[in-house]
Amino acid sequence: MEKKTCLYDRHVALGALMSPFGGFIMPIQYSNITDEHNAVRQHCGVFDVSHMGEVRITGPDAEKYVQHIFTNDVAGAPVGQIYYGMMLYPNGGTVDDLLVYKMGENDFFLVINAANIDKDVAWMKEHTTGFDIKLDHQSDFYGQLAVQGPEAEKVVEEVLGIPCSELKFYTAKVVGDIIISRTGYTGEDGFEIYGSHEFTQKSWDKLIESGRCKPCGLGCRDTLRFEVGLPLYGDELSADISPVMAGLSMFCKLDKEEFIGKEALVEQKANGVAQKLVGIELADKAIPRHGYAVLNTEGEVVGEVTTGYHCLSVDKSVCMALVKTEFAKLDTPLAVQIRKKVFEGKVVKKKFYDKHYHK
Amino acid sequence: MAKFEEGLRYSESHEYIRVEGEYGYIGISDYAQHALGNVVYVDMPEVDDEVTAGEEFGAVESVKAASDLISPVSGTVVEVNEALEDTPELLNEDAFANWIIKVQLSDPSELDNLMDAKTYATFCEE
Repeated sequence: MEKKTCLYDRHVALGALMSPFGGFIMPIQYSNITDEHNAVRQHCGVFDVSHMGEVRITGPDAEKYVQHIFTNDVAGAPVGQIYYGMMLYPNGGTVDDLLVYKMGENDFFLVINAANIDKDVAWMKEHTTGFDIKLDHQSDFYGQLAVQGPEAEKVVEEVLGIPCSELKFYTAKVVGDIIISRTGYTGEDGFEIYGSHEFTQKSWDKLIESGRCKPCGLGCRDTLRFEVGLPLYGDELSADISPVMAGLSMFCKLDKEEFIGKEALVEQKANGVAQKLVGIELADKAIPRHGYAVLNTEGEVVGEVTTGYHCLSVDKSVCMALVKTEFAKLDTPLAVQIRKKVFEGKVVKKKFYDKHYHK
Repeated sequence: MAKFEEGLRYSESHEYIRVEGEYGYIGISDYAQHALGNVVYVDMPEVDDEVTAGEEFGAVESVKAASDLISPVSGTVVEVNEALEDTPELLNEDAFANWIIKVQLSDPSELDNLMDAKTYATFCEE
């Protein structure tokens, strides 16, 4: 039985197409994916992302503990700074990718993927031995809204009355009992706001009633994140896909003293990996989708599509795919098997549209 | 609201066929294009390909998903609607005016297995 977020009734009232995602019944689209996608690229959209999980880590060893389970380096960070990174298995496979917010000295707020909440919390608890910390799983308390798009700052300030213009990219602050950060998963400027269910419901209503913010579903959240090359756990990262394979080494600080999975990544960096994540652009409009086979010019299977779309912002069929490393160089000719036909393409950068962050 | 054009025959997988003599024009219903959302690609067979009643002959892709096209009849493809190659969204604009393939029927009795507009409309409401 899927869980409902605190905005479930509102989604149904807006006529959203609802579908299971990550253990929740979530809105996929309200009008259509293309219009919602374009609203975020050009104006402003609001997403219910209350399905995301939250964990608070406090106590004398909180920083030491976060350093142990997390690939990025939070040492000496200023309060309010946010880091993207992963939790890894000792073999380098990915437990989850997450955001870590530094809320205070030895006080961290971790945001994890909905589908991985149970697994992640169990993983975190398993690795607390020897650390004097308090781990508080807060997913059931927090609702979360993502207000995204070039007009997001004005909308948050004027409609919600939350001052946010001074927030820099990947920083957060506490306003009353909410947390607001300049973050997102769309490649546009925007904010994510964590608050109680009551706050989340009231804010959602204000945003929708203002008419300045289009309700957007997970359908366009996926097309938006994909176009700018952001990974989705389950597609581009998994227990079998390390951050090195996914091209995310920059979020793994190998000069840190230690973290779970560090030795495996050091080995992967030194000796190379068997497979790498690439972008592939097709000459035709057919759409490569998750799980489709990637072929070399001899017709041999050399990889698999992780995510693919007809890219809305550039009008091309493109995908991300995990392929044998020897085929990962830019401009390598590769094809994708789509149903009965084979469609020619080539390796390109796995970013199909430029991000427009406010830095 | 979805439109159900009279005079066509419909399948449970939401294709229609407009019969003219020994030929049939096959497309997707207005109900189907509504359910799919924005069509971004139509995967079509080639002229002279054989199609079989109840079997897949191509696919319609929306942003989120690919849906197989199932032929309502058996026969030989004599024409494909090439306009859909560059302008797949024609299916959203008018699914009945924009057929996908033209087929020479090999067994017109198969048409008896399909629904008329009224029966299909009822089928879609259920």
